[in-house]
Amino acid sequence: MTKLGTDDYPLAERRPEIVTGRRGKPLDALTIEAVLSGEVTMEDLRITPQALRQQAEIARAAGRPTLAANFERAAELADIPQEVVMRIYELLRPGRARSRAELEAAAAMLRRDHAAPLIAAFVEEAADVYERRGLFAARY
Amino acid sequence: MNEEPPSANRWRRFDDWDRRPLRLDNFALEDPDNGFCAMSGPHDPAPSALVRNGRIVAMDGRDEAEFDMIDLFIARYHLDPAIVEEAMGTDSLEIARRLVDLTTPREELVRLAHGMTPAKLAEVVAHLNALEIAFAYGKMRARATPGNQAHVTNAKDDPLQLAADAATAVAFGFDEIETTMRVSRNAWSNALACCVGAAVGRPGVLFQCSSEEAEELRIGMAGFTSYAETVSVYGTEKSFIDGDDTPWSKAFLAAAYASRGIKMRCTSGAAAELLMGFHERKSLLYLEARCLCMQRAMGVQGTQNGGIDGAPLAAAIPGGVRELMAENLIAVWLDLECASGNDARSSESEIRVGAKILPFLIAGSDLICSGFGSILKYDNSFNPSSFNGEEMEDYLVLQRDFEADGGLTPQGEDRILDLRTRAVDAISAVIAELGLGDPDPAMKRSVVYASGSDETRSYSPGQVAVISEAIRERHITVLDVIRALHVRGFIEEAANLLFIVKLRVSGDYLQTGALVRGGRVISAINDPNRYEGPGSGYRLTAERRREIAAIRGQLDRREVLRAEAAFEAAEAAVIRYRTMGPASAGSDPREIVVGISPAFGTRLFRTLAGHSLARVLAEIIAGIESGGGTARIVRLRHTADTSFLGLSAARLAGSGIGIGLQAKGTAVIHKRDRLPHNNLELFSNAPITTLAHYRGLGENAAAYARGESPEPVVVPQRGEALGARYHGRVALIYAIETSLTTDGATPEEIVLDFLGTAE
Repeated sequence: MTKLGTDDYPLAERRPEIVTGRRGKPLDALTIEAVLSGEVTMEDLRITPQALRQQAEIARAAGRPTLAANFERAAELADIPQEVVMRIYELLRPGRARSRAELEAAAAMLRRDHAAPLIAAFVEEAADVYERRGLFAARY
Repeated sequence: MNEEPPSANRWRRFDDWDRRPLRLDNFALEDPDNGFCAMSGPHDPAPSALVRNGRIVAMDGRDEAEFDMIDLFIARYHLDPAIVEEAMGTDSLEIARRLVDLTTPREELVRLAHGMTPAKLAEVVAHLNALEIAFAYGKMRARATPGNQAHVTNAKDDPLQLAADAATAVAFGFDEIETTMRVSRNAWSNALACCVGAAVGRPGVLFQCSSEEAEELRIGMAGFTSYAETVSVYGTEKSFIDGDDTPWSKAFLAAAYASRGIKMRCTSGAAAELLMGFHERKSLLYLEARCLCMQRAMGVQGTQNGGIDGAPLAAAIPGGVRELMAENLIAVWLDLECASGNDARSSESEIRVGAKILPFLIAGSDLICSGFGSILKYDNSFNPSSFNGEEMEDYLVLQRDFEADGGLTPQGEDRILDLRTRAVDAISAVIAELGLGDPDPAMKRSVVYASGSDETRSYSPGQVAVISEAIRERHITVLDVIRALHVRGFIEEAANLLFIVKLRVSGDYLQTGALVRGGRVISAINDPNRYEGPGSGYRLTAERRREIAAIRGQLDRREVLRAEAAFEAAEAAVIRYRTMGPASAGSDPREIVVGISPAFGTRLFRTLAGHSLARVLAEIIAGIESGGGTARIVRLRHTADTSFLGLSAARLAGSGIGIGLQAKGTAVIHKRDRLPHNNLELFSNAPITTLAHYRGLGENAAAYARGESPEPVVVPQRGEALGARYHGRVALIYAIETSLTTDGATPEEIVLDFLGTAE
């Protein structure tokens, strides 16, 4: 499949056929009637990893490689449960991890359990930087 | 006024100045060693970058081994090694010139920025003066259409008022609404109330609830909010750590927001590091350039920037306001959406506040204020903004003055009241339907009409906490709210709310500068700013110009005539003007002629000061007679000009002294042999001229007729901006006068019948 470009944006308007919610519902199935009947759940209103990768392609085509990279990291996080996401965030804050190994273990978990290689590498990089800058000290 | 000189050896004007609001502001001496330096600081590093094997091994005077976390993050994620040599090798002044050069496209400058270090970016923009910065900002910002953001909060966290005020903000045209709370537990209730209010009137306003990071993300997951902007970054490592984050943790959070389909921008701004005590002796601009490079490196789409909480401190430093403009320029040059500060009120001086907003108003900005207080100052839980509910109409008028799109649209009283009523009904229905409470009619009514929470009799913060905790504990989501709205008959609001929640499925509003306008997502991708000089870039359409111009209380000729007509009957009851045919010159040396204007008593019936024309004539005549003169009234129809009225009257008077009198109350004493504009006395300030003054005018005219030189009557003014207050009406009134003149018309003798006591 050819990569998406700026002409495909906004996807909901220009390419609605390639946009679906978490459970595969197309945009035009997300009606008020379906909400009232309980057919639509919050799952159907969540963004998918696929949509994030599509937006990454558009961002890259628009000359925004760093924004695209963020969307690609987000695509890996999209399927990760909220508690795990918040636990990793907490661990990345200063002084929460007490050693390089703690962050490396989290990275390994992300790679193994959540197929998140970009995020895992990002956490490993943080481990390296935090060690270099002495961030494994207790703060409170 | 021969008061004794003051005991203190001081020019009293300084006392006057001490009482100005300006003197409440702090002003700090420049002191780079202690961080008080806006830009180009003596301790800022010289720009440099060294690339080896595609890696940045030195930057801004530091080798890789000495890089702190911020340097590392910027070197790895912001700088593009392929561009560094070219960008860093180009003279800074040359790049500064390209920023304001219409033939250098934005894309080319954005490309170069990818190879520039923080010190280089700061050095380039330091070459620009304030006007050039504003111009470059207008050229470099990412999205074409300007927008604006509102704060919607209140001192009680009252959900009814939040809903009403959110709907009001939506009506005035804000693209984004931000709330926060006085009591942190109330976050869920505030979020629910604002998201319901924001769905009243039109769909698509983005909404955020500023709270603790993890809680904010949870509220977003429940579908209540659509964006976040409280992800702060700092320009020194120590302040970053004190902010309890690192570039890696914040970049992770940025990805987490995107992964939940929530639009996100970072926050940074001048003087945050100075406030936090870790400035490393660097200038505000250099530290901010680091923040902004870091934000682009993190891959966020935008920034809230331009001295946010630190704006008042930045403004205390010489050049600080120019620095705020400069950091906003770096933000858009780095291709970030910019919510350009103009948020925390940085001065008690309304002049400083107005001056600060102007460059952004005329250059346009993605979000001109990153928090315009749409509510009253005391209700703003973020602290007062530059502009608040109090000053909303000042802002609307600035838009109209400069024909500049500040993102807002004036609204009429009826529409606002309808929307507030609707919003209060909607949130009350949702609260009742979800079993969270049962607001009674008195509570609702008090909120609809209230300007601020001092006037409401609604929920207290403690009662709100109960509602808020129930929302959180029962896992109520936006879908429950949509259903509740629909069940209770708020069909349109339910649809509007579903519309905004559906947007997150495609992620279109995650792109740079995304907003919703007219039910469509616009961003820097499908609405790019392509400013190339006059005739290009964002321009007001005729329709948009009409919207901006339509402020409250505009005068026109019809309005002036209608107001005059209301006085006509009262005047008819007290005076009659009988026209006796052509007036001839008199010979009585005591005779003063009063020459009245064409519309006097025929179309216009009161002076600008509101005096009945009959009373004015009666006073002048009484004055003349008390000075031993006699008065004759003549209507002049060949002119409406005061000087010529007066001179023509003087030439008809046996004494050679005449009074010219316009319907609006402007009067002159003239003498037969003088040049038209060289009169004896002039009463030009009609709005502040009293009846006693008119009597004095008559007395003096009689004195001149006796050959005396009386003390001229002086109408004291206290510096009122009479032009601003009256000239619109004056021009319309005067046009009515001049429309009744006929070239060469002869003067008419008038006999007055006073029929009773005038008002």
